[in-house]
Amino acid sequence: MTSTRSPVSDREQRVLGIIETARAKRAKFRDKQVTMAHGAGGKATQGLIEGVLVPAFASEAQAQLADAGSVEVDGARLAMTTDSFVVKPIRFPGGSIGELAVNGTVNDLAMAGARPVALTLSMILEEGLDAVTLREEVASIAAAAQAAGVEVIGGDTKVVERGHCDQMYLCTTGLGYTDPRASLSPAALRPGDRVLVSGPIAQHGTAIMLARGEFELEAHIESDTQPLWPAVDALLDAAGPSLRCLRDATRGGVASVLNELARASGVAIVAREGDVPIAPAVAGAAEILGIDPLYVANEGRFVTFVGPEGVDDALAALRAVPGCEGAVEIGEVRTEPPGMVLLETAFGGRRVLDQLVGDPLPRIC
Amino acid sequence: MKYVDEFRDPDLGRTLSREILATVEPGRHYKVMEVCGGHTHAIYKYGLDDLLPDCVELVHGPGCPVCVIPMGRVDDAIAIAHQPGVIFTCFGDMVRVPGSQGSLLEAKARGADVRMVYSPLDALRIARANPDREVVFLAIGFETTAPSTALTLKRARAEGVENFSCICNHVTIVPPLRALLESPDLRLDGFIGPGHVSTVVGARPFQFIPSAYGKPIVVSGFEPLDVLQGVHMVLRQLAEGRCEVENQYSRVVPYEGNPRALAVMEEVFALRPHFEWRGLGFISQSGLRLSDAYADLDAEQRFAVPGVRVADPKACQCGEVLKGVIKPWECKVFGTACTPERPIGTCMVSSEGACAAYYNFGRFAREREVV
Repeated sequence: MTSTRSPVSDREQRVLGIIETARAKRAKFRDKQVTMAHGAGGKATQGLIEGVLVPAFASEAQAQLADAGSVEVDGARLAMTTDSFVVKPIRFPGGSIGELAVNGTVNDLAMAGARPVALTLSMILEEGLDAVTLREEVASIAAAAQAAGVEVIGGDTKVVERGHCDQMYLCTTGLGYTDPRASLSPAALRPGDRVLVSGPIAQHGTAIMLARGEFELEAHIESDTQPLWPAVDALLDAAGPSLRCLRDATRGGVASVLNELARASGVAIVAREGDVPIAPAVAGAAEILGIDPLYVANEGRFVTFVGPEGVDDALAALRAVPGCEGAVEIGEVRTEPPGMVLLETAFGGRRVLDQLVGDPLPRIC
Repeated sequence: MKYVDEFRDPDLGRTLSREILATVEPGRHYKVMEVCGGHTHAIYKYGLDDLLPDCVELVHGPGCPVCVIPMGRVDDAIAIAHQPGVIFTCFGDMVRVPGSQGSLLEAKARGADVRMVYSPLDALRIARANPDREVVFLAIGFETTAPSTALTLKRARAEGVENFSCICNHVTIVPPLRALLESPDLRLDGFIGPGHVSTVVGARPFQFIPSAYGKPIVVSGFEPLDVLQGVHMVLRQLAEGRCEVENQYSRVVPYEGNPRALAVMEEVFALRPHFEWRGLGFISQSGLRLSDAYADLDAEQRFAVPGVRVADPKACQCGEVLKGVIKPWECKVFGTACTPERPIGTCMVSSEGACAAYYNFGRFAREREVV
């Protein structure tokens, strides 16, 4: 529609202004206790990080408190990250907790433009855990580390009483070497930049939901967990100077990544729903469960923001990497409205693709 | 997806959009209320506002069963959830709805065993699997979900599952519509009638809307083409000077409804003399309780509940917003005391509420000419 809207009254303008100001402020942590929403990767998680952690730990150099931080040691630029894994069930189609614990951490390094070098591993085991399960997961950690080209160089084990953890929780800390070709920042997005995803989305989260067996749905959907450094390496080679930022779309999915970066760069991001790759089985499960795939977690998919001059090279490079053959462009960066993500729906309308509030809960009707 | 994509065809959407534009009278402003939260969701999900001319304004009605649960009822639910040995089950979008002392999600964080289910039958299954625990199901929704609660209670009775009970917040669709239509300051031209409710009650119960109140209503489905066609049918009635109940969703909705679903509801439920709606106040004969024959499965009788009425905050003007009298931003607490993170009124509770939608998307709606 091209007709003009009714003019905005002063009072409405003032109310909209109040909302904008409130939005731009750093998120606060005002809850009386931690709820599951604080772990879901949406607004509540942001409140926990910006309201509690940033005031305690942020410095001028590490104002972002991102997944990975960087330090310089005797002229060498190193990246460091840590991640914990509490997935349930611990084995699922396409992977297991051990494989996730390696890939999740090496991917946080890769997204910071760092080649993963070494990991430490901390295991919290539940009293009564079956020895076969323990051995299998240790073997899967070893195999994943080898595939990702990192060594596990140290660690810790703890055992807690039955019921105090669910089989096993893992925590890995990763050290990486920051690649000199990389100059990445969440604040680097410019109008005209393009948004790429590395393949079909929402597979990991959907595989986990179905593996929990709560829905009596059967579908062949495998987790997308995989190490991403080879893809990043290829991207840096092909389009290094035009790469703005990389983000793995884990908790909160692709929508949360887009929102985070639109805010960090003060730009708008417009995504085209019809171009977002989703496997038919995943789309079907999401439709039945009433969940939007754009908010569903991935463990081996990432979003690349690249200047227009580097799009073709970046896509060609990505598609040549095993596991990223399905890489496509899904949108672009614009000026207005800053800090927001808009979705051009496949039906031909537009809407705001908002940050997730709490867990992605199904609707009743 | 077969049988889904056909109803989301963008070319047909554009055709309907053009037909709607051709139907409206120049200079006239239309306010059409979509009664059901499912329609509101579809309108946002597919960006349908973009396919309507500016002179057609969709007003989001009271048909979101989650939004209309009053705070006192949420407090009762939380009180039961905190009883020792209770497993409390409910639909997913109910867990965030605030009572006067927080939500079920926060109760879970304080130690209550709150579990999300997709169907009341899942709650019954949990009861069977945990015979030493009391399993309570929080039943909410219009006639859409009431039959599934009724069937579950019948099955619990038949199987002799004694540790299962239900806190009944089911409501009926006609009384709140009548209450809205009775309001002297109502400014609506017509209604998009609820599709899923009508699969149960049929289209017949809405006959009073054209006959007594002179407003057209079109019972519509939930796919984007359904909603657009429903809007088009309302506008066409207005253009042709007709005023009747039409059924856009005839592939699912029979005029007489589903007699078996109605029969099972009749057996298991009884009308409450009145029920409180958040934002709308008390509406007589609008809520269901368990019938005397099923009173032993009524959680409100099995457990001590506070049953305290918590008044809607005075400054909240949800009632006026729901009637289309004021716009969300005209409410005194909108965007200041009342936000999606800390909602006061019903319209801000669910992302489908008129105020939450305006809070999140309003700026964009105003600026979309320049995007």
